[in-house]
Amino acid sequence: MTYEERLQHVSVLGAAGKMGSGILLLTAVEMADLSLKPENRGKPFVLNAIDVSDEALSGVLKYLKAQVLKMAEKKVVALRKAYAGRADLIDNNEIIDQYIFDVLSLVRPSTRMEAAFDSRLVFEAIKEDQELKISIFAKIAASNPHLPWFFTNTSSIPITKLDEGAGLGGRIIGFHFYNPPAVQKLVEVIKAKQTLPEVEEFALAYAKSLRKIVVPSHDVAGFIGNGHFMRDILHAATEVEKLGKEFSFVEAVYAMNRISQDLLVRPMGIFQLVDYVGVDVCSFIMSVMDHHLKEETLHCPLLDRLLSQGVKGGQYSDGSQKDGILKYEKGRPVAIYDPGTRVYVPIGDIQPAVDAKLGNLPVPPAWKAVVGNKAKEEILREYFSQLKAASGLGAELARFYATRSCEIGKQLVSSGVAGNENDVNTVLLTGFFHAYGPVNNYL
Amino acid sequence: MRRKVYMIAGCNTISMGTGRKEFNPKKERPGLEEYIREAGQGTLKMIGGAGKVDECVIGNFMASRFNRQANLAAFFPYVDEGLRYKPAIRVEGACATGGLALMSGIKSILAETAEVVLVIGVEVQNTVKAIYCADFLAGAGWFKNRKTGHAYFFPGQFSDRAGAYYEKYGREKTRQAMAKWFRNAIENARLCPTAQEYHNTVKDLEALAMMEPNGKSFVDHLNVFDCSKVSDGASAIAVVSEEGLKRCGIPASEAIEVMGWGQMEEDITLPPVDPAALTTTKEAVKMALATAGITRDQVGTAEIHDCFSIAGLMCMEAIGFAEPGKGADFILSGATSRSGRFPVNTTGGLIGWGHPTGGTGVHQAVTILEQLTGKAGEAQVAIPADRPYGLTVNMGGDDKTLVSVVYRKGM
Repeated sequence: MTYEERLQHVSVLGAAGKMGSGILLLTAVEMADLSLKPENRGKPFVLNAIDVSDEALSGVLKYLKAQVLKMAEKKVVALRKAYAGRADLIDNNEIIDQYIFDVLSLVRPSTRMEAAFDSRLVFEAIKEDQELKISIFAKIAASNPHLPWFFTNTSSIPITKLDEGAGLGGRIIGFHFYNPPAVQKLVEVIKAKQTLPEVEEFALAYAKSLRKIVVPSHDVAGFIGNGHFMRDILHAATEVEKLGKEFSFVEAVYAMNRISQDLLVRPMGIFQLVDYVGVDVCSFIMSVMDHHLKEETLHCPLLDRLLSQGVKGGQYSDGSQKDGILKYEKGRPVAIYDPGTRVYVPIGDIQPAVDAKLGNLPVPPAWKAVVGNKAKEEILREYFSQLKAASGLGAELARFYATRSCEIGKQLVSSGVAGNENDVNTVLLTGFFHAYGPVNNYL
Repeated sequence: MRRKVYMIAGCNTISMGTGRKEFNPKKERPGLEEYIREAGQGTLKMIGGAGKVDECVIGNFMASRFNRQANLAAFFPYVDEGLRYKPAIRVEGACATGGLALMSGIKSILAETAEVVLVIGVEVQNTVKAIYCADFLAGAGWFKNRKTGHAYFFPGQFSDRAGAYYEKYGREKTRQAMAKWFRNAIENARLCPTAQEYHNTVKDLEALAMMEPNGKSFVDHLNVFDCSKVSDGASAIAVVSEEGLKRCGIPASEAIEVMGWGQMEEDITLPPVDPAALTTTKEAVKMALATAGITRDQVGTAEIHDCFSIAGLMCMEAIGFAEPGKGADFILSGATSRSGRFPVNTTGGLIGWGHPTGGTGVHQAVTILEQLTGKAGEAQVAIPADRPYGLTVNMGGDDKTLVSVVYRKGM
């Protein structure tokens, strides 16, 4: 089966979710572009968007339409060539509208898993639940005569477990997009023990066509991305606890969030990132990793406590941030949840006192000013040399944070999860949008 | 000419669009009517009110698509109630619309139907993204060529011209001259508070403009710095007779006199006679200079239609400032910079000041008025006594509709 044939009938499971809708978008566009090639004219291309509820699916086409419009506007030069044979399409807006129609008309929203029984390729982005995934894969595999391939977006469950559990015989690969899939360049590709070579070959071709950066990860729970992220959370949570002698909970959370963002020159603080992903999702991923990783305990009482009080974070369907550990106004943190009193404390109330305790700090460059800057290496080197020389609690916490992040990165290599340090750095640069990789010699 | 024709009381709005600090495409901005009113009222104030005006002309290219608005002459009473029940007309000739509006005013003076004509040129284009703007502006070409044309239609046309020029005369030096053209445009715009590039702070402009063109995302032979931007703006001026000057109480020394012009058309359905030369522009300038009875060597400053840097370069050759193929040398010698022998586009031109298409021709006249009467502020250049003439070249479409005018300070 050729690349085109494989992509002629595809299903996305969990298509209404945050990750699923992004995967749906990218796949729909890839399929539409194939269908527009002269040699594919007249061939049917079908993409099932499968999810559990009609309510959730009702927003998917609207989302696709808005996103495809943006993409079409950017590639109208190529689209004019693709539609050169259509005499009725003259202005750019006519061509763009036709393209949107052509992309959307491939997509069949459905609440029935049976739609996947004819697919050659199945993307899975459902709940992070090993048994659920296995049971769905097994059902589709049993009823689908085309020996479909399964591309799972799991960010934590070992692929081999899914392969063996569902009896797929290697017709599966981990294909982990980062959030949001349409924007983040990274895809972690994870082979199970039995993954067929042709499945991997297709995965790499598909990633290349989507212009994604591929980092291979070994099949160890959490892989590289969450392997770093979850341990990063644990570090921050431990520090919050340690600061408890001198700081209230809210003050300590503020301090570690500020340090992990400003002083480490990251796009957001660690607790904001937890909210972005979802407190519940983070906690769940950690428990999956804990279950599979025998030599290490990954457990975060801080997250458990917040979850037990209903603090969840995550995002609204329009992509805006829900309140979690932090409270947000126009996407910016304005207050911090206090589990003792169960109310949000305005950051302004505690900021001056905490900042004073953190002491004199070197002025860090803004993440935004560094991330795309050609001279970022020099800027970061200069800044970290100042941080190295600085005294005071804040500088100490920042150095410790950066050192721990570096250690985590190295540990991912030495434990065989990542092939090399460069792969770890690539994941943080392209999946988390960091301005620099954690494994470095800045300090 | 049967009577003297002057221009007075020039007024420009800001040329609004990307580059201006106050521009935010996501926020609501002034509409077409606000621009018309601001420019029109500016000129009326200088001439003593709407009571002085006999006739009105408004130039606009494509409000029908950008703003879904036609019947623009009926906005004159909105500019000032005193213009109710007075004759007005709207003219269109793509990017030479402003020039045609001026010609309409000039001809009313010559026809003696008016002593004072209020002329406004306007375009408000930021109502759509550049990719759709390209469709609207493509109306300046023959619609039957739209289908096979580039997504960015006019950049595509002039990219083809640039490609032909590179092939014929060499690429490297031409690209350098185009970068120098960009630098001159931005440096001049920085001296003019209404210019779209007034806030530009880029240090090495020529290095920026040397960015390699990318045909995958844009066009093959031009980069974005070779192109004028999408602009919202309006310009107004009063075209008057000697009687009109008196009526407005403005001395001839604060006016410019129209000495001659070349106004002409080329067949819109035909491809360029020579893609590496602006043949219609050449004829129009020749006619303007001849009717003014001067040579190009008597020109002290010029406002040139640099919708693209390559058009500016080719225009230097069309005027005869440089031999065919030598335009790049002429520009690189510094002759067109503000301190050079022929300061060109002294407030930035289309690339620096902005290109609200229907307003550009009027804006050119306003700049010449300011320069020849010593009122250009920081943008002022020296006008030598032995070369007292100002020249404008306003081009519609791909060298199709041309208006070139020669001016001198009033005496």
